[in-house]
Amino acid sequence: MTSSSVRRHKATGLAVLLVGLLATGFGYAAVTGTAQASAPTANASQIEAGKKLYLEGCATCHGLAGQGSSDGPSLIGVGAAAVDFQVKTGRMPLAQPTNQAPRKAPVYNDEEIAALAAFVASLGAGPAIPTAEQVDTEDANLAEGGELFRTNCAQCHNFAGKGGALSYGKYAPSLMDATPTEIYEAMLTGPQNMPNFPDASLPEEEKKAIIKYIENLQQGDSPGGLALGSLGPVTEGVFIWTAGLGLLLAAAVWIGAKVR
Amino acid sequence: MSEKTSTELATAEHHGEEPLFPLPPHRHRLTDTDPRAARRAERQVATMFVLSALLVVAFVAVYVGVDVRSTLNLGPFGVVNASNLLLGLTMGGAILLIGIGAIHWAKKLMSDEEIVDERHPLGSPKEDQDAALEAFQTGVAESGFVERKIVRRSLIGALLLFPVPLIVFLKDMGPTDVNVLRETLWKKGDRILVDITLQPLRPEDLNVGTLVSASPEGLNEVQELEHTQNARAKASIILVRMKPEEIRSQQGDNWDYQGILAFSKICTHVGCPIALYQQRTHHLLCPCHQSTFDLSDSGNVVFGPAARQMPQLPITVDEEGYLVAADGFQQPVGPSFWERG
Repeated sequence: MTSSSVRRHKATGLAVLLVGLLATGFGYAAVTGTAQASAPTANASQIEAGKKLYLEGCATCHGLAGQGSSDGPSLIGVGAAAVDFQVKTGRMPLAQPTNQAPRKAPVYNDEEIAALAAFVASLGAGPAIPTAEQVDTEDANLAEGGELFRTNCAQCHNFAGKGGALSYGKYAPSLMDATPTEIYEAMLTGPQNMPNFPDASLPEEEKKAIIKYIENLQQGDSPGGLALGSLGPVTEGVFIWTAGLGLLLAAAVWIGAKVR
Repeated sequence: MSEKTSTELATAEHHGEEPLFPLPPHRHRLTDTDPRAARRAERQVATMFVLSALLVVAFVAVYVGVDVRSTLNLGPFGVVNASNLLLGLTMGGAILLIGIGAIHWAKKLMSDEEIVDERHPLGSPKEDQDAALEAFQTGVAESGFVERKIVRRSLIGALLLFPVPLIVFLKDMGPTDVNVLRETLWKKGDRILVDITLQPLRPEDLNVGTLVSASPEGLNEVQELEHTQNARAKASIILVRMKPEEIRSQQGDNWDYQGILAFSKICTHVGCPIALYQQRTHHLLCPCHQSTFDLSDSGNVVFGPAARQMPQLPITVDEEGYLVAADGFQQPVGPSFWERG
């Protein structure tokens, strides 16, 4: 009865998948392109421009020489990758001093971010912004990525990358909007309360595998249908205890009701 | 005992007895008074049964015809497996329609006259009781249960002892040796291997703020030998590195190595594996019940239901410069157990 409609739906699914893949591909190309373009070429004028921006927008908390203060950590040795991550995702500058630095629209443009990154990198050696080659997941091992993700990331970011609560109002953000470069930078630099995963304990190949797994999660093809936010027993419990039990109660009332 | 419809009750002579709980007068349904409504209800019930049968046919058709790997895109409900969904809908619908049809039938068409069904007296008739008692006494006399004391007492003794094996079996539920809960694989000189990749670590592989989930060397061989994950469940650790001056206290003197600390990964509350390490606050948060341990302060509990600090593993480096355990755990890891003391 349904074979023709199934075939039609199958084709729809395929089309959606194709569009998704193409969009991811183009988005990916765009992102890696900018990452390459903004890779700091440590020239003096860029550092000078970055210093100006730094003194204007960052020095209040991080100190005039990036040495840190009671309001913000030292930036000596955090590297260009940390600046690129924090400023490009809009986490820095903070809107107000809170426990959590939420993702928001970036305040600086790409050129200004590159200048800031060059200045902070000149304060002390730290991780550089990953190159396009470093975040190319073409040959990465998806299954290994899943295993590494569950061992190193899932405890905070949730098994489906949806994020989760930490203590005192902090939370691990959802990874659904994170680009490969951002994920790489986050693992390298450990933004805010996230621990870092340097190449020595988590080599580049493994980082690529993790990124590939997150890209796979971002495509969101949950074969079980409605994922209810992939938040585990909380949403699933609410659903079954309200909708499921509600339906059973309604059925019981209907069975017991007198007809006229 | 008597059965009377409420109409009868309403008209019957009551022999002077008023019913304790008088029934309200019966109200006829539309299907009782209007034959067209009854026929409509009849058609509805039959339609549901026929639909149920059709769904069963559809179930078989789906089973044969739909590729088990094909998917359906249900828009807001996401992408689902077509075969699973259609098999469930057809089979569930078939069962549901039989049920709904039966209830509809009972509610609309079967008689709904209220009846009074009076209770039986509970006891058996006198002659049955006497006969049973007589048979029992005959049995007692003929078996010699009263005179033959030795038979009676040995039987009672045997029956009293009979449950003992059942109680002895309960022993199998507990650990045969509680010392397995006190020991882990970790011993002096064991290399610390990164989970999944199993590569050994040097101190310089960890920056300040780095988190590594790790296991002892030789874990895989033990697991192959035991065919269980028990060894891993106890031996899992996390390594963190902080600035040496940030370490306020440790569970033993110099148990860190240049600011690298090793702690059990198993929560001391009920044993969830935890690695929610917040590198700024040095707090380790358990996602199960929010127990929070301060790894810069001996792994002490700062929040939540855990009653004991997170056990620390003393570490050092071997002659090749790799991180190793300086000793085993000095206290049992994981949740409390009865014999722990």
